[in-house]
Amino acid sequence: FSQLQHNNCVSFCRICVITLAEAHPLLQSGKTIKSINYQISANCSRLQNKVSGKSKRVWLSQFLTELAPLCRISSSDGEEYTVYSCIRGRLIEVNENILSNPAILQEKPSTEGYIAVVLPKFEESKSITQGLLTQKEYEEVVAKRLNSS
Amino acid sequence: MSSLTEKDRPIVQLLLNTGTCPRCILRFCCVGSQTLYRRPYKDLMKDLKDFLKNNQEKEDMVCFDIVDPPCKRIRLEDTEEGSDDLNHNGALQQIPPVNDENTAPENSAVKVCNVCLGILQEFCEVDFVKKVCQKVNSADYQFTSFVFSVSLPPQLSVRECAAWLLVKQEMGKLGLSLAKDDIVQLKEAYKWIIHPQLSEELDVPADGKSLFEVSVVFAHPETEEECHFLATACPDCFKPAKNKQSVFTRMAVIKALEKIKEEDFLKHFPCPPSSPKNLCVALEIQCNNGAVFVAGRYNKYSRNLPQTPWIIDGERKLESSVEELISEHLIAEFKADSFNFSSSGREDVDVRTLGNGRPFAIELVNPRRIHFTAEEMKGLQQTINNSSDKIQVRDLQLVTRSAIGRMKEGEEEKTKTYSALIWTDKAIQKEDIAFLDDVKELKLDQKTPLRVLHRRPLAVRCRIIHTMKAEYIDEHHFRLHLKTQAGTYIKEFVHGDFGRTKPNIGSLLNRTADILELDVESVDVDWPPTLDN
Repeated sequence: FSQLQHNNCVSFCRICVITLAEAHPLLQSGKTIKSINYQISANCSRLQNKVSGKSKRVWLSQFLTELAPLCRISSSDGEEYTVYSCIRGRLIEVNENILSNPAILQEKPSTEGYIAVVLPKFEESKSITQGLLTQKEYEEVVAKRLNSS
Repeated sequence: MSSLTEKDRPIVQLLLNTGTCPRCILRFCCVGSQTLYRRPYKDLMKDLKDFLKNNQEKEDMVCFDIVDPPCKRIRLEDTEEGSDDLNHNGALQQIPPVNDENTAPENSAVKVCNVCLGILQEFCEVDFVKKVCQKVNSADYQFTSFVFSVSLPPQLSVRECAAWLLVKQEMGKLGLSLAKDDIVQLKEAYKWIIHPQLSEELDVPADGKSLFEVSVVFAHPETEEECHFLATACPDCFKPAKNKQSVFTRMAVIKALEKIKEEDFLKHFPCPPSSPKNLCVALEIQCNNGAVFVAGRYNKYSRNLPQTPWIIDGERKLESSVEELISEHLIAEFKADSFNFSSSGREDVDVRTLGNGRPFAIELVNPRRIHFTAEEMKGLQQTINNSSDKIQVRDLQLVTRSAIGRMKEGEEEKTKTYSALIWTDKAIQKEDIAFLDDVKELKLDQKTPLRVLHRRPLAVRCRIIHTMKAEYIDEHHFRLHLKTQAGTYIKEFVHGDFGRTKPNIGSLLNRTADILELDVESVDVDWPPTLDN
């Protein structure tokens, strides 16, 4: 069973919100979340992302590529899942609410339980949205995987 | 000092010989009487020559006081004053360099002054005045006064400096000194001469504070490179500026002239300055009126109208805008070049503005027409209101620039009231929303809404909802009236914005809520003054 990126990306004029997609293992019944960790490595914590300066051009925030990990989530049955960015862009914020209240990640994965907000570069935003799957396409891909495994 | 005295004689002689015009000569002799400068050119020339000859019998001599008895030694180098007297048709006189007593030259081109390059010569004459006034009149501006501004080529400052050094040296022989500041400024003398003529022709007074500006840019291509030696002498005065074509701006040249040592200057620049072949040219004659400000309040009845034009990648996404619908008629009536629209806050495309409307102010740039009576303003208001049902304006009036501040203070400080149509996912009963009426001074923490994060910095704002009133509609709908602090994002308060606005209607009702419609009921700013509409 290969690790499938199950991320949702909702965009409002270029801003992208990364959430878990419906077929993500963590959202299937029976799973409880033990911990959520935004510390990706010894030197990198997504919590220490600085978005400073009144001018939006002066953001010092971390730039993400598709495979950049956002956070690691451990479930009570011992599994660990890494949530990846899946799109290129500047990390604007991670959702600290899920740290204090992990339940909302499972209860409201597409709204209050979001993972992160990412802003792609102006030039890349169009190609990024075009590279995403629509809801229907996603369901087809998931169905195909289930059938073939 | 109002006139020439005996001690000026050598200076006058020297300057006249080296090709300086009468008015510049007066300037370097520190003559401060404006009337003298206004005398016709040929009369001045004659007076100067007579002054030098010391011909006391001539009556024209009243202008120059001769303090000491005539000095026979000093005579003009040129002996052609006879031919000068003959030409009385108002044309400027020539100082022929050679003995030429035979004929009076007709239409003789005057020798261009080596200091002012013709500014105090040709450009004081009636022909130029007429040219300027013709431009002004054809531009069709409404004005009650004018200010005349002149842009002179930088090399004039260099020549002025050279002439000063020359005069200073000469005066030094008499044991006298001459500070640069004592000399009458060229621009000042020019305005003494031309203001009354312009004023007469335009039939309005000259006023330094006037909003109507007539500006002329002069250039002298022939001598353009005269400033360049300053760049080698004082390189740090001449930094290349991005937007300017030439590094040799007036300011930079003046600065360098202040810095450069006299010896260095004299090494690189002829003293006295050379006589140019041509006059200056008047490159541009432009008119500009100071901006006028029109204020009012607008109502917005469309849910499909942006405040400002919505254009992405050069393509207009939505037809028209609030600012265009209001401004287009103002631009036409005031005959302005362009406008700047500002308002006390603004609403989204899909939000209506009801009640007394939102205060706005429009700056009309370079208007040709500036006088409008209250009646005319009312008529203008009616025209705007007749032209569209998407917006309506009231209290349309002329205001001052300082009034804009009142409007902007309203934006940050005053309260607004809204009416929102809200949907809930789970059913509600009347009792479920009744408590909202009792909630007072509710504090919100609103992170920058996702929908504006691409153009606003991430921040958390604390805002207060002062009062609310809920009107039950059905199990999934109710209308909420709210009075809030300025700067509150209402939509986000209703749907929660991914939990980034807390508390929100969803969290208060323990449901998922969304906003279907939003109206601004009032903007609580008491400006502009309400008119009898």
